[in-house]
Amino acid sequence: MVDLEAGWREIPEGGLIVEAGNAVEYITGAWRAQRPVLDLEKCTHCLFCWIHCPDCSILVEEEKMKGFDLDHCKGCGICAQVCPVEAITMVKETE
Amino acid sequence: MGRYMALDGNSATAEAMRQINPDVLAAYPITPQTSIVQTFSEFVADGLVDTEFITVESEHSAMSACIGASAAGGRVMTATSSAGLAFMWEVLYVAASTRLPIVMPVVNRALSAPINIHCDHSDSMGARDAGWIQLFSENAQEAYDNTIQAVRIAEREEVRLPVMVMSDGFITSHAVERVEIEEDEAVKRFIGPFQPTYPLLDIDNPVTYGPLDFYDFYMEHKKQQAEAIKRAKEMVIEVGEEFGKTFGRPYGLLEGYRLEDAEVAVAVLSSTAGTARGVVDDLRGRGIKAGLLKPRCFRPFPSQEIVEALRDKAVVGVMDRSDSFGALGGPLFMEICAALQVQGVRTRVVDYIFGLGGRDTTPDQIESVFCDLLQIAETDKIERLVNWLGVREGKQEVVTAA
Repeated sequence: MVDLEAGWREIPEGGLIVEAGNAVEYITGAWRAQRPVLDLEKCTHCLFCWIHCPDCSILVEEEKMKGFDLDHCKGCGICAQVCPVEAITMVKETE
Repeated sequence: MGRYMALDGNSATAEAMRQINPDVLAAYPITPQTSIVQTFSEFVADGLVDTEFITVESEHSAMSACIGASAAGGRVMTATSSAGLAFMWEVLYVAASTRLPIVMPVVNRALSAPINIHCDHSDSMGARDAGWIQLFSENAQEAYDNTIQAVRIAEREEVRLPVMVMSDGFITSHAVERVEIEEDEAVKRFIGPFQPTYPLLDIDNPVTYGPLDFYDFYMEHKKQQAEAIKRAKEMVIEVGEEFGKTFGRPYGLLEGYRLEDAEVAVAVLSSTAGTARGVVDDLRGRGIKAGLLKPRCFRPFPSQEIVEALRDKAVVGVMDRSDSFGALGGPLFMEICAALQVQGVRTRVVDYIFGLGGRDTTPDQIESVFCDLLQIAETDKIERLVNWLGVREGKQEVVTAA
């Protein structure tokens, strides 16, 4: 990703992003007002949350739900909404 | 060697487009542009070009398709007029800001309402801040020549901006003139192959076009754009000189006619410059030191060059084929006034709004402008800063003819 202090001569023209996949370097977790919290006791690892997350922020290892990528999760709450066993709840960031 | 043909402006423009042989053309018909794309569609049907012709449902879609095709890595063209250009408004900015070298002939026509299909410049003047390079053509030959040069200017590494090539609706687009059409191979050599910078179709090097750009980078991208269109001025000059060396018709940012020793001058774009040239000759024959300035490039605006051309004139009459409603005067008038003012040049300037909606502008009317200028030079008094030339005032005011 380009340096956030880069001047106009130092960035690609036309607003293009010429380095593929660099969105991972752009930390957007601070946009969140609510954060998802997982209750592993209830989770059946159906991975509905992983399918529905618009930001690839569900961490999965060996087909098991492991938690959230809070550097990129924007707190939209879709995972909590689609979870069939209510294993995910949204809590205020201030709590 | 080229060959001379009897062509109207739109056919000459279509010939240039056939020779350019763009990868993609997306267009929607609108009078008086229609015969450009209609003629070009025949070239496509006859297999004379390799172009993918995309018929779309609107000009907004035409420009959007051009943007996609240009980002994909193609050499891309379209053409429009009037309401069609206005309908593209939003996407014109996207084309320029994304730095896509699209070339678009614009056949100037008035904007509604009331609806009117004839020539004035309010369409392209409305787009003057969109970030496109704007070249104005006086006649069919210039429409042909400018279309070819536009490809080179747009695609220059230092520029990478879209170019509009204007010609006057019906006056130029539909009147048959003698036009020198160059050899296909010579035009092909002149424009050269297109080298896209970041083609989307290069799947080994994926890039993102059009991402969200907030307060942290948007201004830097606008600064790049501002610098690119400034640099375009040199490219317009270079390409115009090279065109002259190759084909014998050199071009610059502007053209002066009997201007050097002129005391009074008229500044006007496009076909009316041709009429004004005749008036200048006539006045010179009567011992009046009249001159003409015809800007060719309106964006980037050649301020310095215009100041140098007008510096020592007593009075200049600017003729605007559009108004900027509620502003000090028409667009060309305001730009020229501003350019002179910042250079501390005190040349007197008055504005004439003329030819709206295709109203004929006769040599007599242009002569009346010169008469006004001579009077201002003599009395040092400007009675009306912005005048409407050829408008009926009715019975309440006596129209002063030349």
